[in-house]
Formats: sequence, structure tokens, C-alpha cells
Amino acid sequence: MLGKLDQELAFVQSALDLRARRQELIAANIANADTPNYKARDIDFQAALRSAMGASAGPLAMTRTAGKHLAGVGGSGGAGAVQYRTALQPSLDGNTVDSDVERAHFAENAMHYQFLLERARGTFRTMAQALEASR
Amino acid sequence: MSMLNVFQISASALSAQSMRLNAVASNLANADSATSSTGEAYKAKQVVFEAVPVTKNDPLAQGVRVKEVVDDKSPPRMVYDPSHPLADSKGYVTYPNVDAVEEMVNMISASRSYQTNAEVMSTAKDLMQRTLALLQS
Repeated sequence: MLGKLDQELAFVQSALDLRARRQELIAANIANADTPNYKARDIDFQAALRSAMGASAGPLAMTRTAGKHLAGVGGSGGAGAVQYRTALQPSLDGNTVDSDVERAHFAENAMHYQFLLERARGTFRTMAQALEASR
Repeated sequence: MSMLNVFQISASALSAQSMRLNAVASNLANADSATSSTGEAYKAKQVVFEAVPVTKNDPLAQGVRVKEVVDDKSPPRMVYDPSHPLADSKGYVTYPNVDAVEEMVNMISASRSYQTNAEVMSTAKDLMQRTLALLQS
């Protein structure tokens, strides 16, 4: 029972970590809405969560055809990496932040964060109920 | 703690935007200042923003800061008024290159950005409080 609760909490914990990280990135985007040459960034949440939960195959490895080749480990472009947002209407000063899009993402991310908190609370409640019942 | 960085990021944006608002106020106040302590007409001031990381160990948590305040390069407004004490030999008075319309647009944009960042801060505060209240009840 506790093992299951622990698994559940581990999932909620890494998901919350990612949500907080994404919240920070989007806050940075919103803060830099008027900064010249700033490029909006975001993370692919699904891919990031998958790699955080250890389900991904890891970063892409390079093929080695000779023994003396370096063992290249693909760093960028892997799951969960921070990516640049494709600008809908980039402005002349090189800024790609679209304030409305960022605000929508910010609100959406905040809702998801709260949902995860509720889930964590639910898990704790279940745990407390189980402890109460055994008395 | 990523969520705490949100406060720093938004705070940097708030101060940068209020500095922009200061520049707008200064420009509008001096829209007709034909002379100044240097003897020349006032030149419109514009702020230049720059993205800077708020913490050392996280280069992606970028806040804003005002990199520099530059003088507007556009030509001054020349008004023909020979009776003016500051008129040059041809009878023209040099007025500041302040574009009132541009400044008003700048003001609205700065105040909207300020509001947005204040809202971001309040949302982050809300999320933090909820996280802290997780083990209550």
C-alpha cells in the first residue's frame, strides 16, 4: 500500500517540479515581452515528464562505425529540452514573445499545477484515512 | 525552487517597465522644453531592455533590466517664431523631438506589461500558498 502511494507521490512530485519549471520559463517570456531579440521558450511537457519518469530511451546516441570514433551523446533536442517557440507574428526588433499566447499558457500551467496539488492532497488524505482505519 | 524565481523575474520586469514609464513621463513633461541646463533643446529619452538571468545556476530564468537610456536620434522639431528669444538667425526655434503620440502608445504598452507581470506575481504567490497548505486539512 505504502509503495503504491509512494509511486503516486513520486509521479506527482516530478510533474509538479516540471510545472514549476515551466511556470518560471513562461514568467520569463512574459517579463521579456518588450526586450529586443528575446526569443520565447517553452518545454514540451509530455516529453519532459516522460523522461523525468525514466520511460524515455534517453538522449539519442551517435552511430560509431570505427573503434576510434568518439562516443557522441546527443544532448540537445532530447526529450524535455527547452525549445524555442515558433512565433506567430514576430516583431521587427527580433522579439518572438506573443503576450496573449504566453498568458494563456501561464494560466493553463497554473491550473495544471493546482490540479496536481489536489492530487497530492488526495493521496495524503487516503494515507491518513488508512492510518485512521487501522486504529 | 523554480517558483521563487518567478517572483524575481516578474519583479525585474516591474522595475524595468516602471523605468520605461519614467522615461515616458519625462518625455511628455519636456515636450516643449526648448532649452535645458546644457542650453540645447531637450532630447527624447528611450530605454533599451536586455534579458539577464536572475540566478547564477539557471541561465534560462531570464529577467529584464534596463541596459541603457538612449537619446532619441530623430531630428528636432523646428518652429518658425522670430520673436522667440531662443530663435536662431533664420528665426527658427528648436523644440524637443518628442512625439506625443508615440509616447502615449509607449505609456499604454508599459502599463499593460506592468499589469501583466503583477498578475503573474499574484498567480505565483497563489500557487506557493496552495503548496504550503498542502499538508493542512
